[in-house]
Order: sequence, then structure tokens, then C-alpha cells
Amino acid sequence: MLPQKTHTIRELETIANEIRKDIISMLLEAGSGHTAGPLGMADVFTALYFSVLNYDPKKPDWPERDRLVLSNGHICPVLYATLAHAGYFDRSELTTLRKINSRLQGHSSSVDLPGVEVSSGPLGQGISQAVGMALAARLDQSRSEIYCAMSDAEHNEGQTWEAIMFAGKERLYNLTTLIDRNNIQIEGFTEEVMPIEPLKQKYEAFNWMVLDVDGHNIEEVIDACHRAKAIYERPTAIICHTIPGFGVSFMENDPAWHGKPPNQEQAAEALKQLNAFKGRGLNE
Amino acid sequence: MSSLRDGFGEGLLALGEVNPNVVALSADLTESTRAEAFAKKYPARFFQVGVAEQNMMGIAAGLALSGKIPFVCSYAVFSPGRNWDQLRVSVCYQKLHVIVAAHHAGLGIGPDGATHQALEDISMVRALPNLTVLTPADAVEAKKATLASVKLKGPVYIRLTKYEQEPVTKESDPFAIGKATLMKKGTDVTIIACGPMVSAALTAAKHLTAQKISAEVINLSTVKPLDVKTILESVKKTHCLVTAEDHQVLGGMGSAVVEALATTYAAPVTEMVGVKGVFGESGKPDELYKKYGLDADSIVTAVKKVISRKKRL
Repeated sequence: MLPQKTHTIRELETIANEIRKDIISMLLEAGSGHTAGPLGMADVFTALYFSVLNYDPKKPDWPERDRLVLSNGHICPVLYATLAHAGYFDRSELTTLRKINSRLQGHSSSVDLPGVEVSSGPLGQGISQAVGMALAARLDQSRSEIYCAMSDAEHNEGQTWEAIMFAGKERLYNLTTLIDRNNIQIEGFTEEVMPIEPLKQKYEAFNWMVLDVDGHNIEEVIDACHRAKAIYERPTAIICHTIPGFGVSFMENDPAWHGKPPNQEQAAEALKQLNAFKGRGLNE
Repeated sequence: MSSLRDGFGEGLLALGEVNPNVVALSADLTESTRAEAFAKKYPARFFQVGVAEQNMMGIAAGLALSGKIPFVCSYAVFSPGRNWDQLRVSVCYQKLHVIVAAHHAGLGIGPDGATHQALEDISMVRALPNLTVLTPADAVEAKKATLASVKLKGPVYIRLTKYEQEPVTKESDPFAIGKATLMKKGTDVTIIACGPMVSAALTAAKHLTAQKISAEVINLSTVKPLDVKTILESVKKTHCLVTAEDHQVLGGMGSAVVEALATTYAAPVTEMVGVKGVFGESGKPDELYKKYGLDADSIVTAVKKVISRKKRL
């Protein structure tokens, strides 16, 4: 089955906002977890699951599906909420996040929840697995595309660069990474903790194509994914410039919201703001 | 004379022919891990990842998630030494059918010295859930272990060495993952050995026979899951045990045996032959085995110790 590609950008923005509201509710219920990253990546995940990816939620193991590998597993609330909206499981299950006997583990687990392509948590491991999938697809002459969502601070890890080097060597045309360039990590701003700039030039030096997009402009994200698919000589990195905590004024751009959930009062305020938020298109 | 790595190389090459899903990865050690013949015959199914073991393990996981059966070929000091976390999360947590061919394990690598002598790998890997840990005794068994590993569904670790020795098993001997082999019957003491130490244990048993001590020798070619039944049958008869491995005694094969006995029967009087909490050094393998107490004489000494302690009970 092909995903629905009939959504207007405004409809997609509405879906992204519903996903953000679910993220807040899930994290409040869980009492622990990461808030800023999931909110910041809701637009990118919406673009992927409601426009770009080829998949069937009723057949999560369909070999010809496109794959989204989530490498920075700590932002899994956005993956779970998106998968629920995409029809993989009922939205009511979202409130089990991080609870005993739940399929929604604190860091996403592929053996527990169909639709989760890889288990991830320790940073840097997703991209290598995405590379392995891209090699397998090439070997099998499959048309499936491999996407990997990863964080900016994940580029502190040596393994990430090992994988980037290898993908460049192998010219993995069927591999596209979407980098959440939100400039924060646990202990502060990325350029203070461990500078990763100039990121674009680094990727280019490793023989990758690099595209820069506004990670909250769903149309731009979709267009970039289509451009990446059209590039046949090498892998593509899409640097998605995002605002961590997007949509909730007191969470935006504050590293303190990297790894904590909202309390009751903060969640109520966040939901109030998100309910009023109509997406970029509607605000124009 | 042959080494475990030669048996592995033959097995991998044979698998290339019969199973199109088998692929191999090497981190710049293709010749010395004996993946070269496979790489030459099946270049499309061989991936040279450069000196990058973490990425290699991760790529293997991704290949397995897409239905391939990858062999991860490197030295044990690097893989799992440098990529244990990738083995833990990307492979074992996801129950993926990845086979780790861990070469150059133990003091048997000799002159390369301490940095390249993996003496801790069994401890590192046997703690991992879902992982099967194989420690073949010779080239013949290494080939059988390699062939058998693709029949499992989950992750497999195969411990290999470069040490050259006469095989202690024959092509016609049965081999099954999870099954220990009784190599020699005896009544006074049980010697459980793995890897190249099986040969040393058989030599020790011969010396002991001359001294009227009847030793039973078990080849523990699977450390996990442990064949508790075969071990118990022997130890219930002899009540005294010597384990022998080219590895640290702390957390290794001997520890696995003693842990299992402590919770299923009772700890027999036990001596553990292995490296005792130190690093190795450069030297010829046999010089190292002698200096670090891993040769047949060391096993004989250990047997005499347990037998004298058994008599005092």
C-alpha cells in the first residue's frame, strides 16, 4: 500500500501539531523522558510518514517498505505518536510510555513494537544499521529507501563518522539522513559542549550530498527528501534546522528541556499553547 | 598442524556456496581472519569497512535486519573489545542473526603481545542475553561451528585462534551447539577444557594415567548455553574438577561451569587453570602457556591439588 499523499501542507501541519500534543500528554503521564527533541522533530516525522515513506502499517515487515531508522532513540515519543497516527497501533496505547509491560520502551525497541525499525539508545548506532540496510537493499536490487533520523550531538560519537565515511565510500544512493540540528544537547548548546560545525562541509568532505532545510517547513522537508531520492551518485544528509521544544514558548531553545518531562501545570500550559497553534501556513 | 582460523575460513567459504544470504565484513583484517577466500569468490557479498569495528558491528545488524546472515570478522581484542556496546544493543538486544568471528583469542597469538591477546572476551560476551558462545577446540570443530552457526536464529560468538596444533577431533565426530563432548572417560577427576586447552588437557590426562590417576576430559565447545547435563554426569562421579582455558579465570569458561554447578548440585573441589588476573606479553605461544601456567603440566599439577583436597574431605 502506498501512504496517503493527498494531504495539503496545512493538513500536515495540523497532524504535526496533534503529534506534539500527544507528546506532551505522553510525557506527563510517563513522568520522565525527553521533551525538546520530540517536539522539534514532529514536523519532520509528519513529512516522512504522511508524504515521503512507502509503507503499510498492516504489514510492518513488508520487505519492499522504505525504512526510517531512529538513531537517537531518546526522542522516541515523536516516533510512537507518529506511528500511532499513521495506523500502526491505537493512540490509546501512547499513555503506556515507559511503564511496566509496555511496548513503548523508554528508548525504542524493535523487538517490542512493530514499526520500530531498530532498537536505539546509545548514540551512533542507528546510522550504522541504516548503512547495513542500504547495503542489503542494493544487494537485493530493492527499491526501498533507507532514511535515518539522527541528532546533531550524535556527531560527537566516533561511530557516526565511521558510518559516514563508509557510506561515502560505498556511494549509498539509497541512504538519506535527516539531522535534527537543534543546537542543544544534555549539558548545553552543541557548539559549547563539543562544536560540530562546519557540519555541511564535513559531510561534503566525506563525499555526501548535503541539503539544508527549515525543519519546521514541512514542504521544504518533503522536497528535500525527493531531491535526495533523485541523487544517484551518493548518500544525502538533510540538515533540518529545528527549534527544540517547538510550539511551546517556555520550552523553545532551552537545553534544560532536553531530558525532562513537563509537570501537570507545565503540560496544561503547553497544551493550551499548542491548541492555539495553527501551524506556519495558517499563521501567515 | 592447523589453526582454528583455518577451519573458520573453510566453513565460511563453504557457506558462501550454499547460502546466498551469507555475507562477510572485515575491518582491514581479511587475510588474517581467513575471510579472504570468501571475499575473492563472492566480492558483492563482502564488505571492507576499514579500521572501524563499531561501525562494522552496526552494519552487520542492519544487514541482519534486512535478512542477511553477516559474519563479523576481526580480532577478539577489537571485536568485541571495541564494539561490545554495538554487539549488546544493535545485535543481542534485537536478537539478530549476526555471527561474530573473534580471531586471535588468548595467549596463543604469542609475539604480538598483551594488547592483542584477548583474555577477557568470554567474560564480556557470556553476560549478554540471547548470545550463543562457541569455543571450538581445533580447526575441524571450528569449521563445524561455523557451518552450524547459520542454522541458529539468534546471535553467535565464535572464539578462534591462530595457534597451530594437531586436531584433537575428527571430521566424523559429532558436533552440536550446546553439547559438550566427552573426549576421554575417567573416574578420579573431571577436566573441562575449551579451545586449544582441550589438547593440553588430553596430554595431561595421558601423564596422569601413567601416575594411576584416571581423568575424564570434557571438551566444552559451547560455553553458552552450557551443557549442564554432561558436566553434572561427570562431576557427580568424580567429585573433583579442573577447568582449563586460554582466558582469564575471572568470568571465563571455568566461572560459567562453577556457577552452574553451585546452583544445580554442589561445588566439587575445584581448580581453575587459566590466566590469573594479569596481562600477557610477547613470546612464543608454548613459552607463554608454560610461563602463565596454561600447559599440560599445569593441568597435571591442578589435578593433583584437587585430588589431595578430595582425600581430606
